Amino acid sequence: MRHIISILIENEAGALSRVAGLFSARGYNIESLTVAPTNDASLSRMTLVTRGTDEIVEQITKQLNKLIDIVKLQDMTVGSHLEREMMLVKIRVADHHEREEVKRFADIFRGRIIDVSEQTYTIELTGSSSKLDAFIENLGKIKVMELVRSGVLGMTRGETILSL
Amino acid sequence: MELTGAEIFVRCLIDEGVDSLFGYPGGAVLHIYDALYRQDKLKHFLVRHEQAATHAADGYARATGKPGVVLVTSGPGATNAVTGIATAHLDSIPMVVFTGQVPTSLIGNDAFQEVDSIGITRPCVKHNFLVKDIKDLAKTIKLAFYVATTGRPGPVVVDLPKDVTAQRANYYYPTKVSLRSYNPVVKGHIGQIKRAVQMMSEARRPMLYTGGGAVLDNASEELTELTRLLGFPITQTLMGLGAYPSPDPLFLGMLGMHGTYEANLGMHNCDVLIAIGARFDDRVTGNIEKFCPNARIIHLDIDPSSISKNVKVDVPIVGSVKSVLTEMLKLVKKSSFSTDKQAVAEWWTQIEEWRSMDCLKYDQTGDIIKPQMVVEKLYEVTEGEAFVTSDVGQHQMWAAQYYKFNKPRRWINSGGLGTMGFGLPAAMGVQIAYPDATVACITGEGSIQMNIQELSTLKQYGLPIKVITLNNGYLGMVRQWQEFFYDKRYAMSYMESLPDFVKLAESYGHVGMLIDKPGDIEAAMREAMKIRDRVVFMDFLTDREENVYPMIPAGAGQNEMILV
Repeated sequence: MRHIISILIENEAGALSRVAGLFSARGYNIESLTVAPTNDASLSRMTLVTRGTDEIVEQITKQLNKLIDIVKLQDMTVGSHLEREMMLVKIRVADHHEREEVKRFADIFRGRIIDVSEQTYTIELTGSSSKLDAFIENLGKIKVMELVRSGVLGMTRGETILSL
Repeated sequence: MELTGAEIFVRCLIDEGVDSLFGYPGGAVLHIYDALYRQDKLKHFLVRHEQAATHAADGYARATGKPGVVLVTSGPGATNAVTGIATAHLDSIPMVVFTGQVPTSLIGNDAFQEVDSIGITRPCVKHNFLVKDIKDLAKTIKLAFYVATTGRPGPVVVDLPKDVTAQRANYYYPTKVSLRSYNPVVKGHIGQIKRAVQMMSEARRPMLYTGGGAVLDNASEELTELTRLLGFPITQTLMGLGAYPSPDPLFLGMLGMHGTYEANLGMHNCDVLIAIGARFDDRVTGNIEKFCPNARIIHLDIDPSSISKNVKVDVPIVGSVKSVLTEMLKLVKKSSFSTDKQAVAEWWTQIEEWRSMDCLKYDQTGDIIKPQMVVEKLYEVTEGEAFVTSDVGQHQMWAAQYYKFNKPRRWINSGGLGTMGFGLPAAMGVQIAYPDATVACITGEGSIQMNIQELSTLKQYGLPIKVITLNNGYLGMVRQWQEFFYDKRYAMSYMESLPDFVKLAESYGHVGMLIDKPGDIEAAMREAMKIRDRVVFMDFLTDREENVYPMIPAGAGQNEMILV
């Protein structure tokens, strides 16, 4: 099963490599990983998407908790949560027909065209990972030239928060 | 008053209560060595290879319970130390290793003797620190000792750039430190402890299985009292030996790949398994699918990630072994507590039947020395009071099987990583901690050559270690596997051109003895024990093709042992 693990980690050099190293050393998979500072300058927040059985994910969270730099973590997938990922995608639009088509898809998926050149559109799209996947799938024969995804961000719904 | 980083380093160690430092100098740590030269409280032991410094500190830590401390230079100094750091990591030994580093201005420039020590050691330390600012030095050293010695212990590396050791700052060593991200649990959950004790009272075929955690947490007394109150059979892992007195009838011997028949069958057939400070290692469980098929399992461990890692358990208890056993003792001593005495008595009848197989018997009738006999004689001659270190292989298993460890911290070996070359430097650390004790290193002619240069260190400090080499001319454990599983194709398990160990020992200024007759073993050992100012290197020529039995082949269950 897919799990989104949110981590508060000391904002120190090398902290990220401890997490990445743990995953490679123990053979766990990382589907995506994002990290950036938070409103508390001493902390970074990391969001990690991984797949595994309940036993493996339990081990992953225990092993992560064992890392000295990790202050707190939470498996978002356990409760009700929000999930967002951003994607930038550059598309070859050869003719008028393709321009129309791509514009229409972008509208349907609530994406924005943020850059235009003679033969390209660049679209910014935000949503759940599956929504981004669906967008790509729907492009069909239209050629994707370049694609970049931010990795998933997660947050619990309602009053509960991940903090110190 | 302002001190240099090097002086602060020395003061920190003294204030931390460190008495012995194991190390080797080099460019990046010269300021520190200069500061060491100008003081006399902290004793530095100069090894001949950095790996030996880490093993010596490790041996010191295992024997005393205090953290071992190492100082090496940057680059090759640090990489040579890695094997010893990984050895300590796998066995959860508290150790603080200081590595020199090139000046901060050169870090990342491929400078002379530069290596990313933090990166290289990251997977085999509990934690590591790079000190970039002199103002952080003392606090970081305190944190290193705090992290290494609390919770599940382990090695911590502190990387010290050369310029930091030259800068000046006011000295202040904090007496207490804390980390918001690190709060190891000590006390176990009382509800879980009650459930565990309830399960013990219901057990019909109970089994205690204890590991290195009981030794590390100094819980031997509590463990012994609890076991005797319950009257349950107890087995111990390679790392756990000595926590419960081995000669005691409740003790079934070591379990696992080379464990006893009674211990392994006891495990396989038990209905309640009480695992204490043990981690269900693959050398213990054998095939995990066949492990303890009918048991409800209680697992006490200080590390939550050890619980349900390999084997799903029914009652997990996270806490320190000592504190949880103390709580258990309180409950077991209540008048309301009782065990199923009749069922347990029947269980013991079964166990005694297994024990009567006498699976460790061997035949010493010929005139070739059986390696087992050497270990048994060592036990007799030292009256079970020696510190015994070992290397890795057949001799290690025979030492574990035939030396009946009475006390914890007397059996010192590399269990997790299985590091050949561990025994001799580890013995050095033990002898430094206990100058008057008898320290024996049981080794093989293969392992001993992996750190034999330390004979020089042993001479320098006059350390009277007894090296007991079980010399069969083979890498014995490799040869045994090749005999069993590779149709006797002895690929690279035979060493031609072994040195003359007697002459070798003598050339280092030690005493060498060659023993090749069973009748000479005891007299030679008694003679060796009298020599107290240098090493006695005893080269025992033993049966070349003796195997370690019993044996659970890889992939088999605990009930599927090869006995002879």
